[in-house]
Amino acid sequence: MIIAKSLNKIYKNGTLENHVLKDIDVEIQKGEFVAIIGKSGAGKSTLLYQLSLLDHPSSGEIIIDDVAIQKLSSTERTFFRLTNLGYVFQDYALLPELTAAENIMVPLLMQGYSRSKAHSNALKALMDVDLAGKDNSLPSQLSGGEKQRVAIARAIAHSPKILFADEPTANLDSKTSETVLDTFKKLHKDGQTIVMITHESDYAKKAQRIITIDDGKIVKRGKK
Amino acid sequence: MNSFRVGLFLAIRQIRRNNFWTTLLIVFIMTLTFLNLVFVTGILVGLVEGSSYAYRTQYSGDVLISDLPEKSFIQHSSTLLSMVSQFPEVEAYTSRYLAPAVIEANYRNLVRPSDVPDQVSAMITGIDPSHEDQVTRLSTLVIEGEYLNPTDEGYVLIGSDLLKQYSRGPGTGEGTLENVAVGDRVRILLGNFQKEVRVKGIVKSKIQEVSMRVYFVDSELRKLLGRNDYNVDEIALKLYPGQSPQKVVQALTNQEQDKNALIRDWEQSQGTFFTDIKTTFTMLGNSIGAVALAVAAITIFIVIFINAVTRKKFIGILKGIGISGAAIEISYVMQSFFYALVGSTIGTTILYGFLEPFFRKNPINFPFSDGILSAPWEGTVVRVLVLLLTTLVAGYLPARMIVKKNTLDSILGR
Ligand SMILES: Nc1ncnc2c1ncn2[C@@H]1O[C@H](COP(=O)(O)OP(=O)(O)OP(=O)(O)O)[C@@H](O)[C@H]1O
Ligand SMILES: [Mg+2]
Repeated sequence: MIIAKSLNKIYKNGTLENHVLKDIDVEIQKGEFVAIIGKSGAGKSTLLYQLSLLDHPSSGEIIIDDVAIQKLSSTERTFFRLTNLGYVFQDYALLPELTAAENIMVPLLMQGYSRSKAHSNALKALMDVDLAGKDNSLPSQLSGGEKQRVAIARAIAHSPKILFADEPTANLDSKTSETVLDTFKKLHKDGQTIVMITHESDYAKKAQRIITIDDGKIVKRGKK
Repeated sequence: MNSFRVGLFLAIRQIRRNNFWTTLLIVFIMTLTFLNLVFVTGILVGLVEGSSYAYRTQYSGDVLISDLPEKSFIQHSSTLLSMVSQFPEVEAYTSRYLAPAVIEANYRNLVRPSDVPDQVSAMITGIDPSHEDQVTRLSTLVIEGEYLNPTDEGYVLIGSDLLKQYSRGPGTGEGTLENVAVGDRVRILLGNFQKEVRVKGIVKSKIQEVSMRVYFVDSELRKLLGRNDYNVDEIALKLYPGQSPQKVVQALTNQEQDKNALIRDWEQSQGTFFTDIKTTFTMLGNSIGAVALAVAAITIFIVIFINAVTRKKFIGILKGIGISGAAIEISYVMQSFFYALVGSTIGTTILYGFLEPFFRKNPINFPFSDGILSAPWEGTVVRVLVLLLTTLVAGYLPARMIVKKNTLDSILGR
């Protein structure tokens, strides 16, 4: 489903060059739950940004579901992200002036869903992350774990092909992290493709497959 | 289309959940800007319009008929008068005899030949008191003493600008009479003969055509002038509300009355002077308004810019999850549009609900005019549109600047 071939990412800062991703090849199958682990600064986030179309690699190819990403225009990339991908960020990234349900509705409305369809989808997504009844709460009225689950609900409400998550539990205590990870597991069981970065190898074990990165290279791929 | 929906969705919620006081402050600024836009021009133009209005209501009426330049009276005045009295548009009319004369005040105290006589030249005006009052409400301009009765003989009303104690400011003190009050006698020197009359009342107006005249009852002046043909020098017509002065002028011209007299509507009779200063003042007001507009544009720009900069991360996230830049820009443009719309709505309400009626009731006392606030609807609509347009641009630019930033950089706060 995702095929990345010899990805390179080089940050240029004046004359300084920082070669962060070095000839990375990855393949992720439909329905897989993949965890990416590695030391801080190894290049995990950088890889995720390339795979999830938030950034442009310096060289290499990414193909998602037979679509060659580098051929897309900027507007097409935005539309591709909207319709095919879902994102969970480390710090929840909910709009503070929108309620839980409204946060989930925004991308749905952008895709042309009717108001009522978007609303019912939002409620259903909240149910999937065990937050039924919190639809009218503002982010400021939710706990960290609840916020992150609203963010997950927003990411999955339109049934994306792939769900990307960059350290979704980094800001949460271990107990709350468990509930978030359980949510991911449940989604995976329902067939959701998930690519998740994590620091904790314990959490990585919830995944189906672990990719370990060090210094911009994949040093280990395979089953847990 | 979806961008528009999402933009609206975001804008409404941002406005609704925005800090109440911030919103209030922005709306307040917009209201002030709008008022500034209409107020300065409105007062400047109102100054001229107040004067023009007084000219029309106190002197010219809606149509003013006067001597042709080469003639010394309106020919066939009686025919013309009976004609206008038949016009259905005419509510009231008044005719005036005019004669230049010299008024003398201190003639009784002149003892030595070296004593300077206290004299002014003025236009002696013969009026039918009740007809004149119907057209110009002259009786209401009498600030001291009493208005003329049709039977009065040997009594006059004297214009305030002929009297020193009412003269307005330095400079106009020249050519006025000293120590003349109600009940005093003055002497009128008219051609070869002279007549002693008593001042019955004093007429005050900021229109010189009214305040620099001396008023007789017409029958008496007719005798003095020997106008046995009843030919007059000025006829002022007051029309029923809503009637067109131009139409009446046209009707009289069609009857070839323009051969006997100069027939003009109130606007033409004022000459180009008023329209000239009005144009100047409008330009002046508009340039001051343009400054106000620039300030408003900058204010909105800064407000939206700060708002967008502090929300840069959220803007990045929205773009990251696939919301189009247009939708985000629209959300900001709609917010500034909202502020401008609310501001100008409140401003318009204050303008027509309070300011305009207030200045109509309590005109500003300028030396040459009672200034009102001139705020014609068309002008206000144009200003509202200009304000809305300016704020749209002022809201769009900063939003665009932030939306243009790299998505990932915005999300990561770089
Ligand atoms: N914009 C940038 N310019 C220059 N160097 C960058 C930039 N972004 C990241 N890097 C560098 O790339 C390397 C990889 O960063 P990345 O964020 O991918 O690491 P990571 O594995 O996600 O680490 P962490 O676990 O701390 O999140 C780091 O050395 C970092 O300094
Ligand atoms: Mg990282």
